Amino acid sequence: MELYDIIFYFFAAMILVSGFVVVGSKNIVYSAYSLLFVLVGIAAFYILLGADFLGVVQLMVYVGGILILLLFGIMLTNKVKGVEIKSDSNFVIPSLITIAVFTAFLLFVITETNWLEITPEFVQTTVKSLGIELIQNYSLVFEILAVVLLIALIGAATLARNDNKEN
Amino acid sequence: MPHVGLTHFLVISSILFSLGLYAVIVRKNAILVLMGIELMLNSANINFVAFAHFGNLGLDGQMMALFVIVLAAAEAAIALAIVLNIYKTFLHINVDEVDKLKE
Amino acid sequence: MPTDSIMLTEFGKILIFMILSVVFVAIGLFAAKLIRPSRPTKEKSTIYECGEETVGSPYVKFNIRFYVVALIFIIFDVEVVLLFPWALAYKNFGVPGFLVGISFLIILVLGMAYEWRKGDLEWDRPRPNIPNLINDKAGFDK
Repeated sequence: MELYDIIFYFFAAMILVSGFVVVGSKNIVYSAYSLLFVLVGIAAFYILLGADFLGVVQLMVYVGGILILLLFGIMLTNKVKGVEIKSDSNFVIPSLITIAVFTAFLLFVITETNWLEITPEFVQTTVKSLGIELIQNYSLVFEILAVVLLIALIGAATLARNDNKEN
Repeated sequence: MPHVGLTHFLVISSILFSLGLYAVIVRKNAILVLMGIELMLNSANINFVAFAHFGNLGLDGQMMALFVIVLAAAEAAIALAIVLNIYKTFLHINVDEVDKLKE
Repeated sequence: MPTDSIMLTEFGKILIFMILSVVFVAIGLFAAKLIRPSRPTKEKSTIYECGEETVGSPYVKFNIRFYVVALIFIIFDVEVVLLFPWALAYKNFGVPGFLVGISFLIILVLGMAYEWRKGDLEWDRPRPNIPNLINDKAGFDK
């Protein structure tokens, strides 16, 4: 058992345990905080997989941005004095059965397939090669992403502002 | 115990995907549904990066994961704005009770 | 079989350091919790001298303005993330590589200009009611 394996199992356990808390917790705030651990664990996975820039991006965008946005959403959509912070579930049993079957099928396929696995090469850092790839092969996608972000910014600000004006 | 390889990462990501699916189907709160979607996107991202790493396929997998993260940020911003408007109209965000397009 | 035990990038070594620091602190806190005596009395568990008694629930409803600011933040956060690899690599491509990034920036600056024009970046503060000291002083002298 090497160091790599120990780190992998540590973060795998962290991701799975906090993933179950995210899905199962009654309190939405607990779910959001467990999501933090899931996202940090996934960032560590990226680093273990040799994608160091993606790990940093995961920390910056997911942990620093999306999670905060979700927490704002929780804080904005709960009654001031009520105990509305709890949340219910429905169709638990049938969906549990369906998802269990689905997962079992997925795991069967994954473990039974003989994946073509090559001993990976570790490059030093991927930021510069990602940039070269971005300009060389994905420059159109890069510009389209700018347009998508512009649309998201204007659309979401418009939606949120309408709300603001009528209050 | 075998050396950690592609299969280990795929197993973790598929379990994570199932958890996200469960949250999307079962939970009533719209923000929890969003969290489920984020879990599913993240599990897909793990798959991209794992295949790119263990297949020596170059950086295309990482580029895809990067684009998915960017789109997830845009999606979360828009979705939360919509959720806030739903809250303003219905005073709750239980997705199974939001069944009117117009009052 | 790879004999190098650490198959990690440079950043992976930093990851190991981060894990070790977390584990170190956790072990310290846990051991202290095991060893130290715990005899809370009513006096001890009151809020310390300069603290205030808490009022109400921490789960308050925020002002929606915070959401708009967070939204603008996340979009430009993503923009910065995408500009990092571009900034490292555009020199290899000369002018076209530079133009790719600049047009990306220009498109996003349009969004910035829109926000600015629409007044989403303004933050109107609540104006505190300051008493008019000059008139009060006249009354005080009497």
